[in-house]
Amino acid sequence: MSVVVLVEVEEGRASLVSREALTFARSLGAGDLHAVVVGPAPEAVVADCRDAGVAVVHEAGDPALERYAAAAWAAVVEAAGRAARADLVVAPGTGRGNEVLAHVAARRNLRMAANVVAVESLAPLVVQRQVVGGAALERATVDGRVRLLTMAGHAVEPSAADAPGAARVAPLALTIDPQDLRAQVVRVEKRESGDTSGLTAAKVVVGAGRGAGGPDGFAAVDRLAERLGGAVGVSRVVTSLGWRPHHEQVGQTGSRIAPDLYLACGISGSIQHWAGCASSRTIIAVNTDPDAPMVTKADYAVIGDMHEVLPAVLEELG
Amino acid sequence: MAALPASARCVVIGAGIVGNSLAYHLAERGWTDIVQIDKGPLPNPGGSTGHASNFIFPVDHSREFADITLDSVRQYKELGVFTESGGYEVARTEERMEELRRRMSSAKAWGIPAEMVTPEQVAEKVPFLDKDVIVGAAWFPTVGVVDSLRAGTIMRERAVEKGALTTVPNVEVLGMEVVDGRIRAVETDQGRIEAETVVIACGVWSPKLARMAGARIPLTPAVHQMISVGPCEVLAERPGEITFPIIRDMDTFCYERQHGSDMEVGSYAHRPILWDPEDIPSIEQAKLSPTEMPFTEDDFDPQLEQALELMPELLGDERAEIRYAINGLLSLTPDGYPVLGETPEVKGLWSCAAVWIKEGPGTARAVAEWMTHGNPEIDLGHSDIARFYPFQRTRAHVRARTSEAFNKTYGIVHPGEQWGSNRNVRLAPMHASQEALRAVFYEAAGWERPHWYESNAGLVEKFGPEATMPREHEWDARWWSPVINAEHLQMRETAGLVDLSAFAVFDVVGPRALEAVQRIIVAQADVRIGRVVYTPVLDERGGFRSDLTVMRLAHDRFRVVTGGAHGMADKKWFEDRMPEDGGAVVVDLTSSWTTIGLWGPKAKEILASVTDADVSHEGFPFGTCREIEVGALSVLASRISYVGEYGWELYLPMEAGAALWDRLLEAGTPLGMVPVGIGVYGTTGRIEKGYRAYGYELDTERTLMETGMSRAKWKDADFIGKDAVVEQAGEAPKAVLCSMTVDDHTSASGVKRYMLGGEPILTREGGTLTDGHGRHPYVTTAGSAPSLGKHVLMAFLPPEQAVVGTGLAVSYMEELYPVTVAAVDATPLFDPANDRIRGRA
Amino acid sequence: MTDVLVCVKRVPDPTGEVVLTPDGMRVDGRYAGYTTSAHEEAAIALAVQVAESTGGSVTVLSVGAAESVEQIRAGIAVGATDGILVEADPDLLGPADVAAAVAEALRVREEAGRTYGLVLLGNDAADTGDFQVGVRLAYLLGRPVVAGVQTLEVDGDVATLRGEGPEGTEVYEVALPAVATVLEGGVSPKYPSVVGRMKAKKAEVETLGWTGSPVGAGREALTVPEPPPNEVTVIGEGTAAAPGLVAVLRELKVVHG
Repeated sequence: MSVVVLVEVEEGRASLVSREALTFARSLGAGDLHAVVVGPAPEAVVADCRDAGVAVVHEAGDPALERYAAAAWAAVVEAAGRAARADLVVAPGTGRGNEVLAHVAARRNLRMAANVVAVESLAPLVVQRQVVGGAALERATVDGRVRLLTMAGHAVEPSAADAPGAARVAPLALTIDPQDLRAQVVRVEKRESGDTSGLTAAKVVVGAGRGAGGPDGFAAVDRLAERLGGAVGVSRVVTSLGWRPHHEQVGQTGSRIAPDLYLACGISGSIQHWAGCASSRTIIAVNTDPDAPMVTKADYAVIGDMHEVLPAVLEELG
Repeated sequence: MAALPASARCVVIGAGIVGNSLAYHLAERGWTDIVQIDKGPLPNPGGSTGHASNFIFPVDHSREFADITLDSVRQYKELGVFTESGGYEVARTEERMEELRRRMSSAKAWGIPAEMVTPEQVAEKVPFLDKDVIVGAAWFPTVGVVDSLRAGTIMRERAVEKGALTTVPNVEVLGMEVVDGRIRAVETDQGRIEAETVVIACGVWSPKLARMAGARIPLTPAVHQMISVGPCEVLAERPGEITFPIIRDMDTFCYERQHGSDMEVGSYAHRPILWDPEDIPSIEQAKLSPTEMPFTEDDFDPQLEQALELMPELLGDERAEIRYAINGLLSLTPDGYPVLGETPEVKGLWSCAAVWIKEGPGTARAVAEWMTHGNPEIDLGHSDIARFYPFQRTRAHVRARTSEAFNKTYGIVHPGEQWGSNRNVRLAPMHASQEALRAVFYEAAGWERPHWYESNAGLVEKFGPEATMPREHEWDARWWSPVINAEHLQMRETAGLVDLSAFAVFDVVGPRALEAVQRIIVAQADVRIGRVVYTPVLDERGGFRSDLTVMRLAHDRFRVVTGGAHGMADKKWFEDRMPEDGGAVVVDLTSSWTTIGLWGPKAKEILASVTDADVSHEGFPFGTCREIEVGALSVLASRISYVGEYGWELYLPMEAGAALWDRLLEAGTPLGMVPVGIGVYGTTGRIEKGYRAYGYELDTERTLMETGMSRAKWKDADFIGKDAVVEQAGEAPKAVLCSMTVDDHTSASGVKRYMLGGEPILTREGGTLTDGHGRHPYVTTAGSAPSLGKHVLMAFLPPEQAVVGTGLAVSYMEELYPVTVAAVDATPLFDPANDRIRGRA
Repeated sequence: MTDVLVCVKRVPDPTGEVVLTPDGMRVDGRYAGYTTSAHEEAAIALAVQVAESTGGSVTVLSVGAAESVEQIRAGIAVGATDGILVEADPDLLGPADVAAAVAEALRVREEAGRTYGLVLLGNDAADTGDFQVGVRLAYLLGRPVVAGVQTLEVDGDVATLRGEGPEGTEVYEVALPAVATVLEGGVSPKYPSVVGRMKAKKAEVETLGWTGSPVGAGREALTVPEPPPNEVTVIGEGTAAAPGLVAVLRELKVVHG
């Protein structure tokens, strides 16, 4: 039995998830371990493969592969699979890993199981994989002559093999079919910061609730939002009481926000409010009540009165 | 986080509007060591309070609800969480306009500002409402919205400040410990907490918690659909939660309520969607909260269309999105009233459930009073948990009745309207005979009771249309028949036979039975065996708990007979006051004994024809009872009357009821006797005699003095309420129960109208009357008095108006009708000397 | 004019804790309700943009049980034109089967004279997370496919699609007809308006069957692992916590200088 792992290159090295995939593939004890790299394999990547116990590193140097095209990458994986006589192909469960393997599956009419976290048996191949965004696990049988798996991130800790592999670099001889380049990246644009002045587009939202105490209680909130280049969002009660205009409301019946940071001050965190801010990447709560749902659901919390904490923070920021 | 204490004087389960209000009111009444727990976090633990639409229309046809709501509003205002918006109930049909006029009556009766307005007037205040869709509206200026979560927080904080309350959120109740019929402790996921008193105030989950203790709280979680549409430009322009009046679109069973920049549309029009408390998801499983279930949009589509029709520009704006839509769970009960009081099954375990936002603080205050000294200021008789018969606590009954009632939330419900679901549960032994006589059955406490018999239809012709007082207007004649009045006249002429199987019957038995009964009833209980006494039962303040009859059957046995509707509550009142040593006990015989009433000028002759017993007035005096033989049947005959005629209540085992019924029909029919329905027994017969009825004239807010039932002297023995009645007897009453006759029934359109009860009594000119309690008089009972040829109304009037001959008016459907006070005490309008009862007529 | 077909799937709302059916084979939506995946909602929003800018139309298609018509109508309520329900037992279908069923529905439409220049799907379904239906469909149709698209524009016969790659925003220019799978985040999905919902209620939804023989998904069972409890890091109390909070802000790179 032979396993091929698609190795993605990140800053000149095998990406973390790729190394996880290699560790995982090796742990199956299924025989020869192959890696496939799209483009010429950098030395550091080959070294990573060696550490992981890879016998052969297949590389594809066709200039057509310089810009990403999933179908072309799939052709490379296919070629590596052929070269390695693979029974199993593993890719990292990244956007690209999933996409490329889906192409392979479609091209070869094979089964593919995405976001696998464990293999229960090899014959038949039974896996555990993440479904419902990782909230549930599916036990699934993956049949077929070649089985395709993508590995969920962090399913295993990457580790070196007991004995390094040969990591022989083997160029794949293949010509990319123009058909496989119909959908190809034409350019990569720097991420635009975009207009983040609005509440829904803001990268930082400073939120305030009943704890503001009244229409005059938002001075520090406004200043902090300005200092952080963000927007002010408020709970429904604040607009209901007429302290702030309706368009600043965050929640089920207001704006739904997904900033990098939501700093929620004096907001208890009702279900309605939570529905509007749950997608925030990081939530910091400032509240006098350590039992408030906003605090218990937050990533970070400061227990205290926003009217004391925020001025101190502004002072600290200078 | 606060740790859960190991013991408490009182555990309140639930931190919604009810639990919070209750904790506060208990603390206000001196309770300490109260521990409040909730499964969810604060301030919104995820129950019905959290998604309530939070608006309050104070008007209701029920006085109990109206008073509780007014008290709640007063409390919300004091807490600073009430915003007055005003509200309209709009009508799309003439039928609804009539119902709104009827609501005007209720509003006036309860003292709530209200007026009828034109579509143009509505559009003035609500410019986005299409006035062409409606024909008119009722305007209630005191309608408003509250912040019920904030109210709860403030009330908790106040109780905490008093040092009386510890609130521990995120505690799940796993079990209840009951020892010897008394609550001992609550088991939770954070340990056990001992308590003398436990209150279940957790809304839709209440039945589940009650069952943990072996008690029943008959309510069901039911869906009320609500959507929120916004942002709407015209709403967003103005700051704050609400600046436009709330609209109740009565004919579509919907409301539109501004909430900030959104318009909330709620519906009671969709199919009834019931849940089981056990099926409500956990906080983690729910998408929003456990009581905000997934919206089933197909159910709401018709309402969407109707709402759009009413507010085309506002709701038709494509930029206004349906941002929030839920199937919100709320609590419904089989009869629409809350479930309050100590559970009959478990001492110390109280229910405060099925209470909505508009009733929360007021109900909590009343229940706290009840828990503290036994007597809430506002009568909670309709809401007493003890009211339910076992069958009424079954899931099937609860589901059937709530399903039927759901669409009546905004419906036009006639005061006489009967339930259609779960009927034929309790059948009298003579039911087959009654069916053969084409009885029209009404339900009483689950019993099918003939209200009148179509077999008596011929009597209408016999007495003629004038005498049977037919009603021209469909509404007045709905759930009514002139046959009732014909039966009445026939009874007064010959005799009537009445099925009284619905009575609740229980014995107080034991060596200390006399002592126990003596303490509970107002009348002298130490009477010779074979005496029957009619007596009020009072609470400590002298308010009516009941009125009933007691037969002394032996030195150590008293038989209590009371109305079916209130029977279970009466039974609990007696049970709770039995000696602790078991020297007397209550034995429920309701399902063992049936009762047949036989009254009328020919009653004596009829009974004499089937028994050898002496049934003469001398041989069988009024107010006595004894065993008589009717053929092979042994019958307990009791010579009393609720219709003012000579005759008996005849008690015998349920299984023998049909035989006696048939025997009496056979003997009486040749003499002109007819079966007579409850229409006569409950209304026409009693109203002519000025008899009071519990739940109508009598409740805990009324006294013997006010009802004209006071006595010249009181028995020597102590009884509950004695101190109060002695004191009351020395003071002038604040209101006086009077009987009035309607002088002219002719409405503006020329149609004669007949009041049905609940209408306000005003001066002849339409001026408001106010009694010493600050209440406005309203009709407690209305009905035909065929023997007088009059329509009679009973009402508590201010003492100044309680003078025979005083001319007043009754407001019915927004028109005034002249009435005259005919009696100012218990003096009967018909046969005032009671010659008939005594057999002297 | 570009007509767009958007494929949506009826899935249990993934917001709350996952509840399984008693047999452990499916996620139960009885508490949370059913919805359309966020990716697919974004796909509909993009499709509506394309239809509006090119004067085309949007058809919402779902393969699944009869109840899936709710998700189709939800799409119509936010701007789609009509719908197709391919009625099939979703439990029997794997990703290859769904792709085949969609392809067949497209053929049916094509025979009826309706072609779709663009077919949009979600990048992956919120319940099964297979990440492959769109790609498989593209091969069945012989069309190019771009995955993970967040915004797109159509100009004539060329679509410009953008998605996030490892080094920045990746731009594709693809000749139509094409397939794309959409990731949420590039466009704000709308809630329906009252008028939209009423239009949706009345809109035409064609029901088709699928006659293929399914290969299935290989599912044996589902389990729900204990979710890790949210560990909140309490920075401190009162003003004393200010330096700690600022340190976190710097760590999050939301404050500079």
